[in-house]
Amino acid sequence: MIFQDYVFYALAAILLFAGLRVITARNPVHAALFLVLAFFTAAGIWLLLEAEFLAIALVLVYVGAVMVLFLFVVMMLDINLDKLREGFWNALPIALPIGLLMAAEMVMILGSKHFSPDMMSTPTPRPAGYSNTAELGRQLYTDYLLPFELASVVLLVAIVAAIALTLRERKDSKFIDPAEQVKVKRADRIRIVSMPSEKEIIPVTAEAVEEKKK
Amino acid sequence: MMDAAQNLLGPLWPVVWTMVKIVAIVLPLMGAVAYLTLAERKVIGFMQVRLGPNRVGYGGLLQPVADGLKLLMKEIIIPTAANRTLFLLGPVLAIAPAFAAWAVVPFDLTLVLADIDAGLLYILAMTSVGVYGVIIAGWASNSKYAFLGSLRSAAQIVSYEIAMGFALVGVLMSANSLNLGKIVLAQSGGFWQWYWLPLFPLFIVYFISAVAETNRAPFDVAEGESEIVAGFHVEYSGMAFAVFFLAEYANMILVAMLAALMFLGGWLSPVPFLPDSILWLLFKVAALLFFFLWFRATFPRYRYDQIMRLGWKVFIPVTLVWILFVGGMMQTRWAYLFH
Repeated sequence: MIFQDYVFYALAAILLFAGLRVITARNPVHAALFLVLAFFTAAGIWLLLEAEFLAIALVLVYVGAVMVLFLFVVMMLDINLDKLREGFWNALPIALPIGLLMAAEMVMILGSKHFSPDMMSTPTPRPAGYSNTAELGRQLYTDYLLPFELASVVLLVAIVAAIALTLRERKDSKFIDPAEQVKVKRADRIRIVSMPSEKEIIPVTAEAVEEKKK
Repeated sequence: MMDAAQNLLGPLWPVVWTMVKIVAIVLPLMGAVAYLTLAERKVIGFMQVRLGPNRVGYGGLLQPVADGLKLLMKEIIIPTAANRTLFLLGPVLAIAPAFAAWAVVPFDLTLVLADIDAGLLYILAMTSVGVYGVIIAGWASNSKYAFLGSLRSAAQIVSYEIAMGFALVGVLMSANSLNLGKIVLAQSGGFWQWYWLPLFPLFIVYFISAVAETNRAPFDVAEGESEIVAGFHVEYSGMAFAVFFLAEYANMILVAMLAALMFLGGWLSPVPFLPDSILWLLFKVAALLFFFLWFRATFPRYRYDQIMRLGWKVFIPVTLVWILFVGGMMQTRWAYLFH
C-alpha cells in the first residue's frame, strides 16, 4: 500500500505543477504541452484507481487525438502575447471575485463534508482477473443505453454543425478532386484523329543530287 | 540463483526483475532495428540491381555497427533560434512510446512482460502518442521545412489512426477480448482459422494504415526529401537524428508484430503437425517487414490530398461496412466463421 501512496503523491505533484504551468506558461505551445503532461499524470492516477480502461481512453482520445489537433492550431496561430495580457489589471476587479466564488463553490462541494474518508468507505480491490473494460461495456449497453445513445446523437449534431459552419467553397480555389482524377478514362484525355497518310518522300541520295546539278 | 537474488533485494526484487525483463526485450529489439536498416539497404539494392553495402564485415554484415559508430561520433548541432529544451525532447518523445508499446506484446503463451486485459487499447494509445515527437521536433527546430513536415505528419497520423482503430474493432469483436494473448489463442486451429480470412478487408486496411502511421514510403510526405528536404528531422544531426531513425524502425517492427498477432495467428503454427513456437511469430514479422521494404522500392510517394482521401473516404467506410457485416453475420448461423 505504501508504494502506491508514493506513486499517488508523485503523480499528484506533477499534475498540480503541470496544471499550474498550463495557465502561467508564457508560450502557448508550452502551455498546451503542459496540458498534455497533466492528462498523462491524470491517466496515471486513474490507473491507480483500477480504472484502466478510462485511463487508456484518456491517453488515446485526449493526448493522442484532441491535443494533437490543438497543438496543430496553436502552433499555426501567430499570437501576440502582449495584447493578450493588456487588459489584465482592468479585468482583475471583476475576475477576482468570480474566481474566488468558483473556488469557494468547489471547496464546498469537494470539501471534507462530502468527500472525507469517513463518508466514503475504502473500495475493495478487485481480483486480478476482473475486466474493467468488459464491465464498462456491459453497463453502457444495458443500464445506460438511452443516455449513451443520446450523448452520441448530441455529438453527431455537434459534428454536423461544425462541418456546416465551416464548409464553404471558394470560387478561386484550384483544388483538384482526386476522385475525378481517378475516374478519368482514356477517352477524356486523348482523341484519335484519323488522317490520310503523308505523300511518299523520295530519299535524297548522292546520285539524285548529282543528277540535279546537271 | 533467482531465490538468492530475491532474498538479497527483498522489496526491491519486483522492480529489479521487471527491469531485467525490459532489457531482455529492448536489447534484441535494438539489434533487430539495426539489422533491419541493413536488410532495407540490401533488399532495395537487389531490387534496383545493385549490391547494397558490402564493404564492412563479411558481405556488409557489420554495416549497422559502422553506421552507429559514425552517428555517435557526430556533433549534435542545435540551431540558434531553436527551442533548446523541446528540440532535445522531440527525439525522446518519438522513441519512448515506440519502446513502451512492447510491454504488452506477447511473444509466446507465457512470454509477455505485462499481460494486461486492455493490451490492444494500450498499444493504440502508445502508437498515437508517438506523433508528439514529430510535432515537437518540427516546431522546436524553428525551421519552415521541419514545421511543414510535422504538420503533415500530425494530420496523417490522426487520420489513419481512425481507420486503424476501426480495423482493430473487428478483431476484438471476433476474439471477444482486448488481451493480445487471448486474441492469438482465439485464432488457434491452423492457417484457415486465422483472422486474415474472415477479416480480410480489415487486414488490408490495417496493414496499409500501419505503413502510413509509421510515415513509411509511399506515405512519407512528412519527410518528403524532394519537397521539404527531410521534413521534421531536417535540423537534427548525429545521435539526435539516429534516435528518430531508431524510433521509425522500432515502430515498423511493432506494427508488423501487431499485424502478425492479430491477423496471422501470432506464434501459432499454420499446420497441425508442426509445434507452435516463437519462431513462427518472428518469421511472420520478418515476412511483413519485407513488404515494408518492397513498398518503398516500388511505389512513388502519394500526394498529400490523395493520402487524406484514401484515409477518410476509402479506408474508414470500408472498415465501417465490414464491422457491420461481421456484426450482422455473428447473429446468423454462420457466426462460427467469424470467431
